[in-house]
Amino acid sequence: MTGDVAVLGVGMHPWGKWGRGFVEYGTVAARAALADAGVDWRDVTSVVGADTVRGGYPGYVAGATFAKALGWQGARVASVYAACASGAQAIGTARAQLLAGLADVVLVVGADAAPKGFFRPAGGDRPDDPDWLRFRVLGATNPAYFALYARRRMAVHGETLEDFAQVKVKNAALGALNPHARYRTAVTPEEVAGSAVVADPLRLLDICATSDGAAALVLSTLEYARRHSTAAPVRIRAVSTVTPTYPNTVLDLPDIATDSAVAARPAERAFRASVAHAAYEEAGIGPDDLSLAEVYDLSTALELQWYEDLGLCGEGEGAKLLRDGATTLGGRIPVNTSGGLASFGEAVPAQAIAQVCELTWQLRGAAGARQVEGARAGITANQGLFGHGSSVVAVR
Amino acid sequence: MSRVRTPVVTRWFDGEEEDFRLLGTRCARCAAVFFPREDAFCRNPGCSGGELVEVALSRRGRVWSYTDGRYRPPAPYLSDPELPWEPYTLIAAELAAERMVVLGQAVPGVTVADLKVGMEVEVVPGVLGADPENPSTTWTTWNWRPVGVPA
Repeated sequence: MTGDVAVLGVGMHPWGKWGRGFVEYGTVAARAALADAGVDWRDVTSVVGADTVRGGYPGYVAGATFAKALGWQGARVASVYAACASGAQAIGTARAQLLAGLADVVLVVGADAAPKGFFRPAGGDRPDDPDWLRFRVLGATNPAYFALYARRRMAVHGETLEDFAQVKVKNAALGALNPHARYRTAVTPEEVAGSAVVADPLRLLDICATSDGAAALVLSTLEYARRHSTAAPVRIRAVSTVTPTYPNTVLDLPDIATDSAVAARPAERAFRASVAHAAYEEAGIGPDDLSLAEVYDLSTALELQWYEDLGLCGEGEGAKLLRDGATTLGGRIPVNTSGGLASFGEAVPAQAIAQVCELTWQLRGAAGARQVEGARAGITANQGLFGHGSSVVAVR
Repeated sequence: MSRVRTPVVTRWFDGEEEDFRLLGTRCARCAAVFFPREDAFCRNPGCSGGELVEVALSRRGRVWSYTDGRYRPPAPYLSDPELPWEPYTLIAAELAAERMVVLGQAVPGVTVADLKVGMEVEVVPGVLGADPENPSTTWTTWNWRPVGVPA
């Protein structure tokens, strides 16, 4: 496949609340990925960073910051901002450079030191910014949106709080097996039910935390991988970064309203489903070919939505798929074997890269106690604020 | 102290009591409706662009979903940290004529226990609160109120 690039190395800084700077986390992850790849940093021809905000300077930085920390060596550099999809767009940028012949080995890094509590918009009066407006006018936090989706699923599909809790139970059990995860203890349905309501119907344990963390990849052309004597590397076969189609009729964070559908017919696929569809089309595979999926479980209920948007089951069948055990280890299509955001928390620029780290370990057969037997293909799904699609397909 | 009542966002809503309306815009060429209002360009990719005319949205819609906020939201939400947090209720209302969903806070006193998906709601004038830094200013907004519930 001419569109493939090789994953030579993966690395993470363990996620948690460490109280240090994102540069340190990213550098640890980058060094781990370079060591895993067996590539000397000075041989890297391009570095792509997924952006974060540098304290004290009102700008988004990443690529050059990590290049400096690793020691300036003259590589090509790029920095990418796409909110929660920043990591996928960094991978997409690196892949485009590799396929275009602009670089032969690229370091991709995302890292952040997230603030505690609710995510909030940048300061100042910014009434042109929908993210500022939803807080100012409605006090609508991210969990408020997750809760609106969850309540809607309960009303339309008859899902229950117990269904949502089972997602957390599953992901916590898997996260307990992952040394990079922040939360590494099993959770019971009773513990979910007993946690405080944040935004009805969702409770604290239904909603992912904010974390510090970092993830990095070393990607190369297949030709470089061959020269580097990596016989059968994990390959990235597709990176989907599509935008929605007007009219976007599903209420999306951070919008106050959907597009009106009076003047144009809504697309057959809603935005989240179109993100996955574009990845499948580019990779030339379908949901039946998958061995596992890493999805963006900002809330337990949202994971069920992704099952449907990825085509793992029909619309409204997400909870049934979960109840049947299909999405846990040993099931037909394990989802979030890493433990998901439920076990990691959000470190925004790193999370889409961390998903690809998990696919890579699984496809190498190196995932230890959480290994999916004989994994051959995996997909990630994510969504960046303001209409950034994010999905990556990796194969062995 | 006399209070100045100021809309939290200008030109998003107008009118008193029964005449209170959310204000959007409509493209004169393709009839697309926008809320929050678009005043520069029509966002329909299939439209070559027409004049955007102010339009009042439907007063009534049906509950698409709802939730509440049990924890104080961060700034720029206006809230006095000295006072105990009073949860608000959020309603996403589906407007049939405009074929769109519009978020808003519920009128004070309405909790999630009072709501069901599909229930009819109407838009009414609301108060977001006094500006903590400028107590003479009261910010006004819109609220969704279940039809049949007295103000």
